[in-house]
Amino acid sequence: MTAEAQKAADEAQENAAASPETEAPKPVNVGKIKTILAANEGARMRMWLSICSRCGLCAESCFFYLAKDKDPKLSPAYKAIHTIGKMYKAKGEVSREFLEECKEVVWGQCTACRRCTMYCPFGIDIATMIATARAVCYSQGIVPDGLARTTENIRTTGNQMAMATEDWIETCDWMAEEYGEEVHGLEIPMDKPGADYMYTVNPREPMYYPQDVGMAAEIFHVAGLNWTMPSTGWDSTNLAMFAGDRVVATIPVKAMYDKALELGVKNIVITECGHAFRSAKFEGPYWVGIPGGKPPVPVIHSVELFRDIMREGKIKLKHKFEHKVTYQDPCNVSRNGGLWDIGRELVNMLCDDFVDMTPNREHNHCCGGGGGFIPMGPPYKKRRMESGKIKAEQIRATGATHVIVPCHNCFDQINDLNKEYDLKVKVVSFKEIITEIMEIPESMIPPEEDEEEAIQAEEEAKEAIEKGAMEEAGEVQES
Amino acid sequence: MAMDKLYEFLTGPALWITVIIFVGGLAIRLAWLFGLSQERDKPWHDFKSAVWAWRSIIHWVLPWASVSSRNQPVFTGAVWVFHICWIGVPLFLGAHNMLFDEAWGWSLPSLPDAVADWASLAVIACGVFFLVRRLSRPEVRILTSAWDYTLVLLALAPFVTGWLAFNQYGPYGLMLNLHIFLSEVLLIVLPFSKLAHMVLFFASRSAIGYEFGTRRGARVW
Repeated sequence: MTAEAQKAADEAQENAAASPETEAPKPVNVGKIKTILAANEGARMRMWLSICSRCGLCAESCFFYLAKDKDPKLSPAYKAIHTIGKMYKAKGEVSREFLEECKEVVWGQCTACRRCTMYCPFGIDIATMIATARAVCYSQGIVPDGLARTTENIRTTGNQMAMATEDWIETCDWMAEEYGEEVHGLEIPMDKPGADYMYTVNPREPMYYPQDVGMAAEIFHVAGLNWTMPSTGWDSTNLAMFAGDRVVATIPVKAMYDKALELGVKNIVITECGHAFRSAKFEGPYWVGIPGGKPPVPVIHSVELFRDIMREGKIKLKHKFEHKVTYQDPCNVSRNGGLWDIGRELVNMLCDDFVDMTPNREHNHCCGGGGGFIPMGPPYKKRRMESGKIKAEQIRATGATHVIVPCHNCFDQINDLNKEYDLKVKVVSFKEIITEIMEIPESMIPPEEDEEEAIQAEEEAKEAIEKGAMEEAGEVQES
Repeated sequence: MAMDKLYEFLTGPALWITVIIFVGGLAIRLAWLFGLSQERDKPWHDFKSAVWAWRSIIHWVLPWASVSSRNQPVFTGAVWVFHICWIGVPLFLGAHNMLFDEAWGWSLPSLPDAVADWASLAVIACGVFFLVRRLSRPEVRILTSAWDYTLVLLALAPFVTGWLAFNQYGPYGLMLNLHIFLSEVLLIVLPFSKLAHMVLFFASRSAIGYEFGTRRGARVW
């Protein structure tokens, strides 16, 4: 399909998604809405709803607003007032049409990146308010299809892509074999009790990018880590969080915590994914109901682990990465995870030519693919590309040829932006860079093929001799 | 004569009622929110930290200490001048302190009258600037309701009438009574409106300081 045809198809789907349902609208379960609103109507929510002084400072923090010629209806305060604000004002007695309108705002015009929170003089957490509006919509079955599907997958299978446990284990075995050809002795230890690190992934890795699993194993093996891959609770992502289903959101988090406790591991490591980190480290404990709000086992992001590995000299580099790079701060790793400096430390240890985007660190703009936008799929792609203009301009201005991205959603979005805006960059993860430039210790270099053949021949000969000896012995016995 | 009687009422029973509603209203609202937070805002209590509350507050109390406030430097400057003068003038005005002294035999230091006069004008000027900004910037205008304009005018009213009375422009007795009356209305409305950010600002900023700082190790300014 040509790019234009693809675009037309996307648009058609988008229009289809936006058109009103032909069936008679279902009634709204007001009781359910009231319950959700009440549960979230704490002191903070009440303050936020009542003290917003309508100063408008949040507007310029929002990339949706900036990308669409400063459309005032895209200012965060406007979006909050006209969704969650109206829901509270009406005490939950809202119509289905209203909720359908809200859907387009809370999912289609907000990635819950929380930049506006930082730009509000009162620290009003607009993204959290929007999350409550999402929960209300979701409770009435009003949610983008892509998120409904993944949430259903989590509910029925425990992971967002409905991957069977056998397939997951098989993929790990396969990758261990593949990467073992490059690094002698490499294995992917499954369910190893007492490991220092339990590595968790995004299901898209085993499903579509198994090399991500292999590369992680390669890095951990070369670094000599005592690590394990869990057979269950391996999906650390949580799209139910973005769909607004807190019951289902608990499922993957609980499975992960349970496995970590069962194995007695020291840390849970999150793959290069932003929202998985947010779910596992910050939100998860509350869903599971852990007093104190901290996970039962420390949760660290890949960026932290890779930084530690590099800092401790567990991996040596053949040379530094030889391209001009820039670094995408995923919202849930930097602004909402506090890891902006660690990310930069790692970039600087790996690359010589690093140029930051403007703005950067916790002030970086969302790529436009967060908050569930990527899995929301084709119906929302057009606006994802439009709002991504800000990110595309940021990247272009750096003049970098490579964008390092420690988040799967940012990864997909920036790849799409790359095509849409012809940025001519390559999007890479830390894993890709590290495995490309790291030195494999001599002891881990697999024997050359003829050498291998020689070894094999020798072994065969030995076997033959032994066999011969056995036969001889047998003969003796027989006689 | 009528003006004198009115003055007596406004500075007598009406003032007492005002003070009780203002202080009591704010105290009850704060206490109630605090109670509610213990039940429904667990992260707030799980991650309390004086350091992060302080950092979160100070970067928004000082002008241009946050990126957001630097993005609109003129507005930020006006906000800062407005708030300092809005609080400072009534507390440190010579005439007010004479009344404090008369009533309780105790007073705060007094500002020179000329300074207070200019500070009142500054409040009015900033207030007018806010109104103009509200009307002229589409992203602010779209958020603004009639009540928002009313509150700005109400916050300015005591300063306009006070300044006029002090400088004896217009009928003094009427202006003075109007000044006291509008001030009382303002103080009565304050605890129950968004003007309660006078105290809730600190609560809200602390909460977000805990949320980003203690919980995530991230700055929020």
